[in-house]
Amino acid sequence: MSKLTEEQAAAYWKRNLALMIKLLVIWFVVSYGCGILLVDVLNQIQIGGYKLGFWFAQQGSIYVFVALIFYYTRRMAALDREFNVHDDE
Amino acid sequence: MDLRTLTYIVVGATFALYIGIAIWSRAGSTKEFYVAGGGVHPVANGMATAADWMSAASFISMAGMIAFMGYGGSVFLMGWTGGFVILAMLLAPYLRKYGKFTVPEFIGDRFYSKSARAVAVICLIICSVTYVIGQMKGVGVAFSRFLEVDYDTGLYVGMILVFFYAVLGGMKGITYTQIAQYCVLILAYTIPAMFISLQLTGNPLPQLGLGSTLSGSDTYLLDRLDQVVTDLGFAQYTISERLSTLNMFAYTASLMIGTAGLPHVIIRFFTVPKVSDARSSAGWALVFIAILYTTAPAVAGMARLNLMQTIEPQPGNYLAYDERPQWFKNWETTGLLAYEDKNEDGRIQYSANAETNEMVKIDNDIMVLANPEIARLPNWVIALVAAGGLAAALSTAAGLLLAIASAISHDLLKGMIAPNISEKAELNASRVAMALAIVGAGYLGLNPPGFAAGTVALAFGLAASSIFPALMMGIFSKVVTKEGAIAGMVAGIGVTLFYVFQHKGIMFIPGTAFLGDTPENWFFGIEPNAFGVVGAVVNFAVAFAVSKVTAQPPESVRELVEHIRIPAGAEVAHDH
Repeated sequence: MSKLTEEQAAAYWKRNLALMIKLLVIWFVVSYGCGILLVDVLNQIQIGGYKLGFWFAQQGSIYVFVALIFYYTRRMAALDREFNVHDDE
Repeated sequence: MDLRTLTYIVVGATFALYIGIAIWSRAGSTKEFYVAGGGVHPVANGMATAADWMSAASFISMAGMIAFMGYGGSVFLMGWTGGFVILAMLLAPYLRKYGKFTVPEFIGDRFYSKSARAVAVICLIICSVTYVIGQMKGVGVAFSRFLEVDYDTGLYVGMILVFFYAVLGGMKGITYTQIAQYCVLILAYTIPAMFISLQLTGNPLPQLGLGSTLSGSDTYLLDRLDQVVTDLGFAQYTISERLSTLNMFAYTASLMIGTAGLPHVIIRFFTVPKVSDARSSAGWALVFIAILYTTAPAVAGMARLNLMQTIEPQPGNYLAYDERPQWFKNWETTGLLAYEDKNEDGRIQYSANAETNEMVKIDNDIMVLANPEIARLPNWVIALVAAGGLAAALSTAAGLLLAIASAISHDLLKGMIAPNISEKAELNASRVAMALAIVGAGYLGLNPPGFAAGTVALAFGLAASSIFPALMMGIFSKVVTKEGAIAGMVAGIGVTLFYVFQHKGIMFIPGTAFLGDTPENWFFGIEPNAFGVVGAVVNFAVAFAVSKVTAQPPESVRELVEHIRIPAGAEVAHDH
């Protein structure tokens, strides 16, 4: 494990924030967007017995949340290795 | 074998299991007591977090609320899962890197002030105590129905059990017990749901069954449900909003950030070995939670349909009261289901019109508990549901009590009053603090009578408006000062408590609501339970405003923030 310079630390944090913001936008869109604000529009589309807006609110958003966390975990593990700040022994 | 005996056997067996685990894994040091020694595998921690997190509200009440709210009930589904995304990205890894035992300890160090730590302890105790009372109520309700004892006795049995394994085992005992409790509760939830889904749609997966056609017909289950509820004058199931779009937005946001700010969930992430484990552990926790949360809407829709079709088998042809099924009679005796023959024809007219509706009471909470009976599932399934409800309530209660006890013994006693006490004395103090917390929560579970019912939603509002913003600002800002953080927490929790009490009554005592619970008086039509997000905005605004006019944080705080942002070099959680 090496100690980061101030610039490296700032760069690492910036990359983390950029990833975070990207994923939080998706998080917002599937729940507040598809599940609440756009629900009436999406409900015009039907998938099986589910109206699409209703499906996002009661099923889809939850699946996306799970995927977001694991994607974040993987990308951060790669970032940690790139900056050599991973905490594996 | 009759249902009562069977229930005693199943519940008794699970209790023996929990106590056995507690004895096997008792804590010998403060590190084991507070953070389970810091060596819990991320998947195991995810499972324990799921049990810690899913309370009696998730297990017993949520599907019932969705069943009667329809689409509007989505606020609970999205709110109580979306918070884990915030937790995994914005809080858990950094707090784990910091590597201390408690949430107030981080707030105290980051805001370089013992006063900030004290304020955080008070906020933590207020929201954890309100939450634990709701769990005690859940234990009382489950016992009183299934073991046919009264509510008070049920509550006392629950208190003794939690006392035994939480006080003895600390975080270590709680962690392993919660893993067992997760297994019990998830089986108890999904097995009846699969049976019912199979009965109604021929598809054993409830998540798919809800979107399928009914067995032997071309009609989709949800379309039939929409039709039968609207025929009786209720709002259409799949599109009925919870009050307004803005209110749904605020409610979902309050539950999400409340989830991320609840200390008993956050401290679970102090038990994993590494920062990267804290991230993946949040993902695993959500996987285990999602199994229940994606099943819940199916349970809700199917239970509502079963209920409607039991009462009104053919359109316009209502069930005769004398021919009502056994489960109907069982729940009538608890007072959670009530019928009143208004037109004296001996039939059960169920309608959205309050004038003619004869189902004068259907409590939300009975939908999950009565579901296996309504679907005529075997007795062992019903007994399993009882054990599952108790597992959900007990696991959450234990986690909350640990958060309270560690705040008192580690933050107040060791951190402020007596810094030099030995580890053994601190460990004993935390056990005493936990015992007192159990007695206090038990007392508030009984008095005042209306208090327990309103507490769960309030706990989220309080966590959202006090602890979450303080942690966020501690990690993501280097400019927020101690004065700013303290003022923010006080303002956030203050405005939320004030808003809830002015509408719902002080401590929920009827008649003390000084503005009355009238929607006309609501701020932009936001109901009190959804107000936490407004409290959080107030907290952030006050904190930044005050920070602008007070002296900047010292250089050491800037270094601390830099330190927690980089994963490398995390040590096992320690206390110095």
